[in-house]
Amino acid sequence: MSERHYHRFDTLAVHAGSSPDPTHGARVTPVYLSAAFSFRDSDQAAALFNMEQAGHVYSRISNPTTAVLEERMAALEGGVGAIATASGQAALHLAIATIAGAGSHIVASRALYGGSHNLLHYTLRRFGIETSFVDPRDPDAWRAAIRPESRLLFGETLGNPGLDVLDIPTVSAVAHEAGLPLLVDSTFTTPWLMRPADHGADLIVHSATKFLSGHGTVIGGVLIDTGRFDWEASGRFPELTEPYEGFHGMVFAEESTVAPFLLRARREGLRDFGACMSPFNAFQILQGIETLPLRMQRHVSNARVIARFLADHPMVRSVSYPDLPDHPDHVLAQDLLPRGSGAVFSFELKTDRAGGRRFVEALRIFSHLANVGDARSLVIHPASTTHFRMDAAALSGMGIGEGTLRVSIGLEDPEDLIADLKTALRAAEKG
Amino acid sequence: MRLRSSRVDAYAYSGGCPVREGEPTVVFIHGAQHDHSVWILQSRYLAHHGYAVLALDLPGHGRSLGPVRSSIEDLADWVLDVLDAAAIPRANLIGHSMGSLIALEAAARRPAAVCTLSLLGTSAPMQVSPALLNAARDDEARAFDLINAWSHSTVNALPGCPGPGFSIFNQNRRLMERQAPGVLLNDFAACNAYQGALEAAARLTCPTLFISGQRDVMTPPRATSSLVAAVGERLRTIGRPEPEAIRIPDCGHAMMAERPAEVLQALKTFLNRHLGSKPVD
Repeated sequence: MSERHYHRFDTLAVHAGSSPDPTHGARVTPVYLSAAFSFRDSDQAAALFNMEQAGHVYSRISNPTTAVLEERMAALEGGVGAIATASGQAALHLAIATIAGAGSHIVASRALYGGSHNLLHYTLRRFGIETSFVDPRDPDAWRAAIRPESRLLFGETLGNPGLDVLDIPTVSAVAHEAGLPLLVDSTFTTPWLMRPADHGADLIVHSATKFLSGHGTVIGGVLIDTGRFDWEASGRFPELTEPYEGFHGMVFAEESTVAPFLLRARREGLRDFGACMSPFNAFQILQGIETLPLRMQRHVSNARVIARFLADHPMVRSVSYPDLPDHPDHVLAQDLLPRGSGAVFSFELKTDRAGGRRFVEALRIFSHLANVGDARSLVIHPASTTHFRMDAAALSGMGIGEGTLRVSIGLEDPEDLIADLKTALRAAEKG
Repeated sequence: MRLRSSRVDAYAYSGGCPVREGEPTVVFIHGAQHDHSVWILQSRYLAHHGYAVLALDLPGHGRSLGPVRSSIEDLADWVLDVLDAAAIPRANLIGHSMGSLIALEAAARRPAAVCTLSLLGTSAPMQVSPALLNAARDDEARAFDLINAWSHSTVNALPGCPGPGFSIFNQNRRLMERQAPGVLLNDFAACNAYQGALEAAARLTCPTLFISGQRDVMTPPRATSSLVAAVGERLRTIGRPEPEAIRIPDCGHAMMAERPAEVLQALKTFLNRHLGSKPVD
């Protein structure tokens, strides 16, 4: 037998999950905008409903275009499969709802995207799921927060707003000691910068709206199961190891040794909550992923140039970017993120709230909006937008200053971006 | 379900529904470093279409207890012991790769207990390359990579198994990681040492089906031909029908996942044709 090798990342980004359309030969994955799919006969229909045969029934459960995206993301992340969802938030909810319910508990990093914090702190609490928030850099805090009813640990590969690098090997070890999985949000890093599965994470969610799509066109999310967590050995997940009356008494862990979580997430969560991805969005995200390696290289190289420029500027108090030596997680970032720490970071201007506002309004290339991971460079001033109701003291408690700005560096020429920033810095300074 | 006796403590997946008395029994036997879950689609379908299904975890694999057995002959005896523990006098045996050798040997050892025999991804002999044996001994992770690369004809087999959105390739990798250290070397050594396939063929009495993947490089279709011929000669001699040999296009060694519908179609056509076939003592 000749030596074969696994396809490498850049090849998988273009090819994984797709093959020429068997009907017409279309080489690019077609958009299958069909709500439902015809059955050959009654026997096939029954077999599809009962998971005796593989195939598509109804696009809320699966769709040929969306399935290509799911298989591609599974390939890129080293997962046993994936589920594409209506948004990143839907992916996070699906991950949690599959194994947690009323009375369950979650341990989460306190350095989270605001939307995730809202879901955990307010919304899920209303449904009986409590969350303890911990300092992501403190392994003992993670360990101490675990309760008998805990179901998972959750953090972001790069936290918000300080770009805390999640020490996945350490936190996953804490989780596994307790028989729990580690779920990570890998939106900022994408699998091109880091594959969390290689470091011990068990479940991964992405907002595909960001770098995966790459062009700010569609909303979408992806949930990936690495297949590494042994749900049966843990003994804490009857949802996967005992009969589920909602699907003919299926014991998911008996059906699939390595993918019972995904089976339940699709057979229950997608079916009942229904937060599925549109096939059109899946198509757009697939187009984006084809160029993910090229774009991420450029995003990171641009971000490094901009971060250094800002760090050296007298109007800038600090830049929080793990590639810079003064970031508290710089050493960890070099280990876990050798290709770079992404293209989203925050910095603090030596100015007040009004100065921050003047800075944003003077920018001409950077777009002022609430998103990241676009081909365009983006900026947001939390003190005058997402956190405008908070006074300076309250902002400070969240690690945000009145002059804090978050940028997402795009694919433009870095010299043009620097020129734009220089103009805005002068505007902020003048008052 | 668990099947226990003084000789075995076995786990068998019954296809997602209880085993019903009076239905013909189908026993699935997995290959090296695997467990019952490789048969998920075929076993679920047959279990819901008139067959009593037992998809076994071999000893030391998956949920079956006990030490691994180090020879195909011992594993064949273990399967026959499981049939005894379950009080099953006759069964249709279906084996993949190493499991095909176990099924073949079991059928030869107790012909009266086997109604039909289905051998998937088989060869005689089933030699394991020195590179793979060395990797299994010295570096299991590398062996898993080699096996995974050689077992699949594509990374894009659709529609996915057990359904859309699942990665056949990565599931196989993770399933291999789940078995205890040393199991792979044991299984490969058992395959490598087994020289009894042609002798076993000469003792068969039941209808036999061969399923090959056209692009299988682990057990290439050409490596199956001597066994097909030997079984054919034996069945002609005793006046039984010729063995059937089906080759599935664009299919590698991991055929139950890559081409689940085609494998199921071949199996159910064969089983239904020989439903009620009486073993020859």
